[in-house]
Amino acid sequence: MSSDQPILETRGLSKQFARRPDLAERIAAVFGAAFDARSVRAVDDVSLSVSRGEVLGLVGESGCGKSTLGRMIAGILPPSSGDILYNGSDIRTHAVPGTAPADLAVQMVFQDPMSSLNPRKRVLDIIGEAPRVHGIVSAADSDQYVAELLHQVGLDASYRRRYPHQFSGGQRQRINIARALAVKPAFLVCDEAVAALDVSIQAQVLNLFMDLREAFDLTYLFISHDLGVVEHLSDRVAIMYLGRIVETAPTDALYRDPNHPYTRALLQEVPRVGAGRRRFTPVKGEIPSPLNPPAGCHFHPRCPQATARCRNEAPALREIAPQRFSACHLNTDS
Amino acid sequence: MSAPAAGIVRDDADRPLRALWREFARSRSAVFALGVCVLLVLLAVCAPLVAPQNPYDLTAIDLFDSRLKPGSSSASGMIYWLGTDGQGRDMFSAMLYGLRLSLLVGVLSGVIAIGVGVALGLIAAYAGGRIDALIMRIVDFMLGFPTILVALMLLAILGQGVDKVIFALIVVQWAYFARAVRGSALVERNKEYVEAARSLRLGNARIVFGHILPNCLPPVIVIGTVQIAHAISTEATLSFLGLGLPITEPSLGLLIANGFSYLLSGLYWISVFPGLLLLITIFSLNVVGDRLRDVLNPRNRK
Amino acid sequence: MPDNLLVIEDLHTHFDTPQGVIKAVDGVDLEVGGGEILGLVGESGSGKSITGFSILGLLDAPGRVARGSIRFKGEELVGASPERLRTIRGREIAMIFQDPMMTLNPVLRIDTQMIEAIRAHESLSEKAARTRCAEALERVGIPSPEERLNAYPHQFSGGMRQRVAIAIALLHRPALVIADEPTTALDVTIQAQIIHEVQLLCAQAGTAMIWITHDLAIVDSLADRIAVMYGGRIVENGPAADVIASPSHPYTRGLLDSVPSRNRRGSRLAQIPGMTPSPLNLPAGCAFQPRCSRATEACTAPPPPREFGDGHSVRCMHPLEQAA
Repeated sequence: MSSDQPILETRGLSKQFARRPDLAERIAAVFGAAFDARSVRAVDDVSLSVSRGEVLGLVGESGCGKSTLGRMIAGILPPSSGDILYNGSDIRTHAVPGTAPADLAVQMVFQDPMSSLNPRKRVLDIIGEAPRVHGIVSAADSDQYVAELLHQVGLDASYRRRYPHQFSGGQRQRINIARALAVKPAFLVCDEAVAALDVSIQAQVLNLFMDLREAFDLTYLFISHDLGVVEHLSDRVAIMYLGRIVETAPTDALYRDPNHPYTRALLQEVPRVGAGRRRFTPVKGEIPSPLNPPAGCHFHPRCPQATARCRNEAPALREIAPQRFSACHLNTDS
Repeated sequence: MSAPAAGIVRDDADRPLRALWREFARSRSAVFALGVCVLLVLLAVCAPLVAPQNPYDLTAIDLFDSRLKPGSSSASGMIYWLGTDGQGRDMFSAMLYGLRLSLLVGVLSGVIAIGVGVALGLIAAYAGGRIDALIMRIVDFMLGFPTILVALMLLAILGQGVDKVIFALIVVQWAYFARAVRGSALVERNKEYVEAARSLRLGNARIVFGHILPNCLPPVIVIGTVQIAHAISTEATLSFLGLGLPITEPSLGLLIANGFSYLLSGLYWISVFPGLLLLITIFSLNVVGDRLRDVLNPRNRK
Repeated sequence: MPDNLLVIEDLHTHFDTPQGVIKAVDGVDLEVGGGEILGLVGESGSGKSITGFSILGLLDAPGRVARGSIRFKGEELVGASPERLRTIRGREIAMIFQDPMMTLNPVLRIDTQMIEAIRAHESLSEKAARTRCAEALERVGIPSPEERLNAYPHQFSGGMRQRVAIAIALLHRPALVIADEPTTALDVTIQAQIIHEVQLLCAQAGTAMIWITHDLAIVDSLADRIAVMYGGRIVENGPAADVIASPSHPYTRGLLDSVPSRNRRGSRLAQIPGMTPSPLNLPAGCAFQPRCSRATEACTAPPPPREFGDGHSVRCMHPLEQAA
């Protein structure tokens, strides 16, 4: 295994949600009625790679498919097409029997501190169940194991007898993280893991993420809509719009010199502390519905620099500089 | 605008059963009703010990003592506190044994119906698609018929007997639970803690029964208590109509039926006392069920 | 000091619960001048939303204004009759909520709702009212307003709905608008649009605004003045630029330092230790004291307000040094 093989790679990953005909519609179809199969391409041909130990930030607004992508990578949602490779081999084929399945290596930390913990289970069970079931720790040792995990995420070990409703939002997120760590993953997908938290608690949890990355040699796919958070934590950033990746670059380069018009709009229009009073000149238009994406480049209706080519042809993700990729015709037009 | 989230840690918040009891006990009538239920169950269980006479023992009954008023005494000096029926049975003893049978039939059929209904409802919700459609169509079909009608038809085919009555009652009850649980389970299925369980590669059976089921229990508990009461009254109706339990093992319903013909002659105690006992049983169960429903209502929590 | 539109003095809003009295707002003093945008900043549990509701008398039992005074254009609102409050709401003071579906009725068409809102305070013919509505929708940037009036709320996206809610709020050109986290649930680009529109509208009509939020970045770019709330009290109040550039209260400082963009990339974020106190159990004296690195014995007594020049005030025993 070469050392520069990415720990996780997706190739042409897509997810379509199609409405299947129900019985009445199938009967109608027999008689020749057309079936309105409205399908949503939530994720459209995404190819990403993440190197071991890095933090890849994934930024986008609602409907861009970032959560769907995260869930496919974590194995919760089956892809419609494309491959997910973990350490070079397809994530769906399991490792050697007797060891923990390869797909336990990718775990997810969820957004909503309320609904992401089972309200009827004690913390001890929430965290300790999976490692026990998978044989990572014996039933006798699980109590101690959970206590240590709680300590590592900054919670008092005595809390393990409690129920989720007895904790605050920030504490619940820590339990969430401990649950993911309990199966000794190498890769964490953090889906808006700090979005629901207050600023001061967010800082604590972000620091925790950074500490854990060091301590456990973790790799993160950090999904967020918050550009400030992503900038702080990530080594590289990918921007998604309506199911497609529109730009990927190392963080510094992206924030200093964004290439894609959508990235530029995002960075300019997000309020930042310390920038002071200013006039907003936001990008016009609404985010299109994923049910009805614009033809060609998805962003063209809102792009101040759209050309005829943009309306008809979807731009491919091209390398415009070392490590930098962007999907925009303006890079290729002379 | 509702009160802001206080984020308080209540001292018994990590003992959910105790917190449940505290809430429940706030209503004194509910506690009283619960007490009555417990008493009735104890009486039923200990019937052989409490009842002065075994009403099924033909040698103990004296036909000469039939139709005696409440308070009369027998030749051997036993006082018939609630009178005797047409065969000379002590009403009090007959009622206790009748209660025993009624509770047995009601609770057993209820519990098994819960088991079947909950399992099918969970499977329907989690599996989705065709399995869901199939199970729910069967449920709709079952719920489309009046309970009594289906039970009558089944018993007409199967004949009399305790086991057959229990079977018929299970058949007519499971659909309510299946529907209630499926609704809850559908909501829970989309929650993130279920996704987390799938991310952790816990098996489907474990997720459905270990994770989703505990969150679907409140409506089941509420419907369960009320349904058990309903099962008891249905059995009474069936017995009253002559189908259901055989005469040799009278439940409360059958006792009422037997005594019915004597009502107009003024021998009220043969029907009325078992009727009252039946009423008290069903009423107490319903009060407990109502209180449980209020306490377990998720909107009232926290 | 300009003639103050809204003056809140020593406001206390309490909730009586079986567990005790929740002091959601515990002694708040605020002033908003005509045409001014005040950013009311705080985290969850700080009491900022309840302050907004208290102004308009929108508290449900068991909440009540325990004491204090809220004077709007000189008129006392605390204890005012429900009829008077109803006249003021919508006409003089309007409110925008975080969830636009708190303003919009999902089963009524937009024109029905808006026309009803107009005719509640003015007698206009239906046609004239409808024209006003179309104009209002146009002003908030909704394309083809005449057609959109016939639509139902669910046919709009989240951002559009919020725009409609803002249009309704501005129908009667109120003197003051209270906006409770109006953009928190919206996407970043839509948020920018809404803030832009609100800026324009307030500038054009001279409307004053209280923008309640937890997002310091928004108030920095939008507000004239900032008031920071913690534990039901205002801990710092002053011109936006001053408060951001040289915060005086340790909590404000801590909040600002927690923001990722203010820290060197990749470094550990400066974090405030601990958690917000439970409103049932506020510490005596300064509410921030258990988490403050500068706390001393003196902080167990309620800190008096200290004024720096230019209307910048702070409640702290040991305020941070002001930049010269």
